[in-house]
Amino acid sequence: MRKALFVASAAMLLAAGPAVTPAWAQQKTIKIGFVSTFSGPTAVIGNDMRNSFELALDHLGRKMGGLPVEVIYEDDGQKPDVGKQKTEKLIESDKVDFIAGYIWSNVLLASLKPIVDSKTFLVIANAGPSQVAGELCSPTVFSTSWQNDQTPQAMGTYMNSKGVKSVYLIGPNYAAGKDMLAGVASTYKGKIVGQDLTTWPSQLDFSAELAKAKASGAEAVFVFYPGAAGVQFLNQYAAAGLKGTIPLYTAFTIDELSLPLQKENALGVPGAQQWVNDLPNEQNKKFVADYRKKYTGLRPTFYGAQSYDAAQLINSAVVATKGNLADKVAVQKAMEKADFKSVRGNFKFGKNHMPIQNFYLQDVVKDADGQLVLKTVATIVKDSQDRFHDKCPMK
Amino acid sequence: MTLFFEQCLNGLQFGLLLFLLAAGLTLVFGIMDLVNLAHGSLYMLGAYFAATFSVWTGNFVFGAVLALAATLVVGMAVEVIVMRRLYSRDHLDHVLGTFGLILFFDESVRLIWGPAGLSLPLPPWLSGSVQILSGFQYSAYRLAIIVVTLGVAAFLYILVMRTRIGMLVRAGASNREMVGALGVNIKLLYTLVFGLGAALAGLAGLMQAPILTVQIGMGENILILAFVVTVIGGIGSIRGALVAALLVGVLDTLGRAFFPDILRTMLSPTAASALAPALSSMLIYLLMAIVLVIKPEGLFSAGNK
Amino acid sequence: MTGVLNVRNLTAAILVIGLVLLPVYSHLAGDRFVLTLFTRIVIMAMAATSLNLILGYGGMMSFGHAAYLGIGGYAVGMLAHEGIYSGFVQWPVAIAASALFALVIGALSLRTRGVYFIMITLAFAQMAYYLVSGLARYGGDDGLTIYKRSQFIEPLNLSNKIQFYYLCLALLFATIFLIWRLINSRFGMAVQGARSNETRMRAIGFPTYRYRLACFVIAGTLGGLSGVLLANHGDFVSPAMMYWTRSGDLIIMVVLGGMATAFGPLIGAIALLLLEEFLPLIIKVAGTPFFGSSAAARGSEYWMIVMGPLLLLVVLFARGGIDGMLAKLGAKVSAKERS
Repeated sequence: MRKALFVASAAMLLAAGPAVTPAWAQQKTIKIGFVSTFSGPTAVIGNDMRNSFELALDHLGRKMGGLPVEVIYEDDGQKPDVGKQKTEKLIESDKVDFIAGYIWSNVLLASLKPIVDSKTFLVIANAGPSQVAGELCSPTVFSTSWQNDQTPQAMGTYMNSKGVKSVYLIGPNYAAGKDMLAGVASTYKGKIVGQDLTTWPSQLDFSAELAKAKASGAEAVFVFYPGAAGVQFLNQYAAAGLKGTIPLYTAFTIDELSLPLQKENALGVPGAQQWVNDLPNEQNKKFVADYRKKYTGLRPTFYGAQSYDAAQLINSAVVATKGNLADKVAVQKAMEKADFKSVRGNFKFGKNHMPIQNFYLQDVVKDADGQLVLKTVATIVKDSQDRFHDKCPMK
Repeated sequence: MTLFFEQCLNGLQFGLLLFLLAAGLTLVFGIMDLVNLAHGSLYMLGAYFAATFSVWTGNFVFGAVLALAATLVVGMAVEVIVMRRLYSRDHLDHVLGTFGLILFFDESVRLIWGPAGLSLPLPPWLSGSVQILSGFQYSAYRLAIIVVTLGVAAFLYILVMRTRIGMLVRAGASNREMVGALGVNIKLLYTLVFGLGAALAGLAGLMQAPILTVQIGMGENILILAFVVTVIGGIGSIRGALVAALLVGVLDTLGRAFFPDILRTMLSPTAASALAPALSSMLIYLLMAIVLVIKPEGLFSAGNK
Repeated sequence: MTGVLNVRNLTAAILVIGLVLLPVYSHLAGDRFVLTLFTRIVIMAMAATSLNLILGYGGMMSFGHAAYLGIGGYAVGMLAHEGIYSGFVQWPVAIAASALFALVIGALSLRTRGVYFIMITLAFAQMAYYLVSGLARYGGDDGLTIYKRSQFIEPLNLSNKIQFYYLCLALLFATIFLIWRLINSRFGMAVQGARSNETRMRAIGFPTYRYRLACFVIAGTLGGLSGVLLANHGDFVSPAMMYWTRSGDLIIMVVLGGMATAFGPLIGAIALLLLEEFLPLIIKVAGTPFFGSSAAARGSEYWMIVMGPLLLLVVLFARGGIDGMLAKLGAKVSAKERS
């Protein structure tokens, strides 16, 4: 029996063989690799990105410039080395034309070298480490998200306008966490009375940090915790009796994925974002409505919005070059135009291929049905450009 | 001063929670000589059960009680189906086999409850904060955790020190063959002990759930800490587990709270804030290494293993 | 089990030939990723082989072997970050650093026994993990990209994938050979003797502590060397290389393949890493006729639900790992021949 099983699985391995070797003589297809997290606690983010990317393909009739599209989704498990290996597989084995995705700054930084070396076009749909905007910028690397510092910079500006005199900063100790805290510090004009970087992603109990924030006498707290950690933070903030006593300002801590778990704890907590579900442009209305129709019970997030835009950006380049992707310079030129309808309203690329875009203030409110929703309150900054573009050697 | 006091309370709460996990581990370790990496999975299951049942019953306490019972049943089932076959093997086989169980439980939970995780809202009477001293507020729920775990610790003490089952457990920890020779139904005793350990892990998980939300893999991070506690305390010793748990809990919390400031007096602020979280996470491992170098069998070794 | 030509040896020979010829296949099929994948497998196999020396032969259950991968890797990464690319500097530094680390923690850890030994080695590895996580200059938690691989004199060029693969393979075979020689020497006999009965060995007059420590240091050094290769292979080092789950992976490879056997760790590394790579695909292909392609694709994301019980089954029903299974199979074959 055991032998039979062994033989059967060996046969399956062999049968699976052709699927991983490249197909030679097929009709030309546009191959896109998509790297994100599809396992573990943050798989919800990856799923939302995949849902949105698939929806964009539906909207495009699953063709780009008349050519069929094949997307290969790879799971990075939120680990830098795994992400890098999957990226290499996409480039060397699947020979993809484009790579998109990447939630985490550290996974992206680890995976960047093989992408740049092979001159594969990359559309980053979330992560925005400062290096990629600055010294590591590259002709084939584009972003439909933001540079990490931009969002908290907008929050710093907003806190200035609210007249907040002192703040305590808390965030996780990895590339994005450090960028976020540095971002607030770069625009905020009041006093930063203290800051804590916590072990990421393992530390989930913030009691020691919250006690310090309370004791510091700060007028406000700024926090950055993406995914489930954001839920934990808000729960503990409320349980420690700080909600309503010390105002909380956030970046990437409250979104449509975490809100159903944060519930009342998120009510009235402001955040900065470049996309909110109620932005009043036609493309966005279509995106949000169709998303909710296709994936019942779910709402799209900014992760999804950026992934939707990534698909649209790739499409715009394929259409402009009539599918001739061998001409890398032409593809690059076409992508630099950002000639597509973005769900955040149109934007342009800086010379480092980072978006120059608006940032909005979002708030958690109760809608007509008594459900908690995210709502755009105001525009904090217009046409914000990241502060690292000077370090990018590209012209 | 109130800050220091508050951090000590935080450390106490964390330490007592670790004790719940470590108590189960140390019993299973001491009596069946089993290294159970899947202990963290039972912690996770306790949290998931509590979140599910409290929605069904609409009551936090009922949900918690049901979850406790469910974890106990799962624990005993795991013992009968899998663990029983592992006792006679060496520790490496335990590590490998129970690691397989972790993968299985994590993925099953993802299949059943989805990847998003759940939340377990607190009832209003626990969600506020309590005034302990004038000008000093503390989370009511964390206080409740301290009270409940102290109660459980007392219960365990009486169970182990004053009852017949406890006597067998203690005898088993120091000499396994003896207990078998006394004609005790060893199989049943093992199932019960494993179930008790599972229930304690489940209790820790469900109590932590409202603070930390319920998510896949939540057991793995805390599992290693529970092992550290077990080893520092000495395998098989409940008393050792309690002392070590408090030591680790307080050291970890105080380290995170005050270490950055201490470092900042010696290094530049940027270097200090980058180095501090790493170094304060190291403290507990340093503690374990020092304890083991001085006392190779932990603080309170139960037998001569 | 007698005779040179039994199932075990045949498997080992097929493996060796297959690994040697792999670049030819990769070239003919135009699939460069196979080479990338197998370079990683060969390196992990080398780390597992070094762990087998203490775990399998020496009976020292180290749960912190991934620390050496990290130390070797970070020696390369840090020196490269400081602009020192020469392999003639990087490699000796890496080897010395991991040997020193092994000497210090071995001297302390070998005072303990059993589970305490498992936990104290884990503690030291975790300390190393947190220490590099705190090195902001070298990337901290995020790790460090290595822009240039170790430089040697022409024509040896580690950036050439085929050359690098053969270098790793040669070092793996050298490691297997070295450990085999070591185990069959007087020193190896003493270490194995100390595994089963230390008191007796000491009574005969063997300084068991020193022997075990020497064994521990050799394993650590070889582990550090695999770390050097891993860093060059990945062009990247991160603290995650030394997290406790990675030490667990190495243990799984050794136990899965077969403890205290020459080729067991290699078999285990191949089996585990290939399973990780292809199990989702197998589920997808096997599930498609029954559940339709989209459901099967979704199901394949839950591949660990198959992987977990698989590990458990190996522990419960295949004592001695895959190598043990092969030995049993060989015994059956030869019994049939005799009858």
